[in-house]
Amino acid sequence: MCLAIPAKVISVDGPSALVSIEDVEYRASILLLDDVRPGDFVMLHAGFAIEKVDPEEAAETLRLLNEVANNSHP
Amino acid sequence: MKYIDEYRKKDLILAVAGELRKVSRQEFTLMEVCGGHTMAIHRFGLHALLPPTIHLISGPGCPVCISSQHFLDTAIAFSKIPDVIITTYGDLIRVPGSVSSLEKEKANGHDIRIVYSVLESIEIAKLNLLKKVIFLGIGFETTAPATAAAIVEAQKANLRNFFVLSAHKVMPPVMKALVEDGVKINGFIAPGHVSAITGTTIYNDLVNLSKLGVVITGFEPVDLMLAILMLVRQFESGDPKVEIQYQRVVHAGGNKIAQELLTRVFELKDDRWRGLGVIPLSGLKIREEFAAYDAERNFTIDVPEPVDPKGCICGSILKGLKTPGDCRLFATKCTPSDPVGACMVSGEGTCATYYKYRL
Repeated sequence: MCLAIPAKVISVDGPSALVSIEDVEYRASILLLDDVRPGDFVMLHAGFAIEKVDPEEAAETLRLLNEVANNSHP
Repeated sequence: MKYIDEYRKKDLILAVAGELRKVSRQEFTLMEVCGGHTMAIHRFGLHALLPPTIHLISGPGCPVCISSQHFLDTAIAFSKIPDVIITTYGDLIRVPGSVSSLEKEKANGHDIRIVYSVLESIEIAKLNLLKKVIFLGIGFETTAPATAAAIVEAQKANLRNFFVLSAHKVMPPVMKALVEDGVKINGFIAPGHVSAITGTTIYNDLVNLSKLGVVITGFEPVDLMLAILMLVRQFESGDPKVEIQYQRVVHAGGNKIAQELLTRVFELKDDRWRGLGVIPLSGLKIREEFAAYDAERNFTIDVPEPVDPKGCICGSILKGLKTPGDCRLFATKCTPSDPVGACMVSGEGTCATYYKYRL
């Protein structure tokens, strides 16, 4: 039940934001977050954006993974 | 989809699996606490990629599964009060109570509605001012802030016909209870979205007490494989600690706004868990300040002593002591279309997951 999906913020309107998950649009509450901007990705859970996705950390995880992959196939 | 597809790449998953085979020496058992993790592990077939030294067992992190018979019986009794509308997250409606289920009561004509968000319950209350809307609040720290936000919103809007029956729970006490009960594991795969709210500090006591590693992880196959690798490395080097694999979403401090809302609206109480009994300070009760929104304080009903389903071992499965295969009802008398116990109802319940992916 704790599942959350990454959704892209299209526009922000007070306590809510229009977000898209692929082609599906949804009006999500952003009451639990500060400073949400169009273009941000947020984790959507039960109608609420519970956290932003950090693009730099996401890239860092992938960099580490690629390192593992490259080491295992020299 | 961005932030999903890149974490499902086969070459990356296989690379981590290869690394795991290299570093894993000793027999090693991990508990994935979260039902979402159990589902992802089976869905992506990760068991098959692990070296024979590594074992995974499922834990108690499925809100529908751990909901007590008493809670369900109370919800069912509320649904029979005239002019009450029950709103609930989907799976709960199918869990058998002592003598009925919300689904059966809905078929009997009682007004029970499934919502995706608690905010829909607020809208339903605004549109039905002559009725009383009771939202069934289940879920861990991930979900409870939404309920807290809704209660605060209801207060702001001076809405007097919206109530919450809170069965919200917090994660650390049950993890500690399992360790104290003697569950035989060497580390925890910790819930990613619970931790996004709470941060990492909730696990410090657990690591100090149990000397078990805790790695907070996401829900994609690469996330899970990487978390297992991190736990194996901790174990092999004898250095258990709290680490975050799910860095893109989880920060050490967690979500402060959500934490403040939780503290403002709820206080901790001793709470009942299916199969685990009463665990001290493991549940969230609505504070006195928001008593006007607390279903338990505003509706008086008699709920008879609950009756547990006969033969169901959901409780032992939630404790990591047994697996669905140990249950004589599994896949015979108890199936997803006709469940006996809660673990077979929820899509992320251990029994439902084993049933779906057993072939």
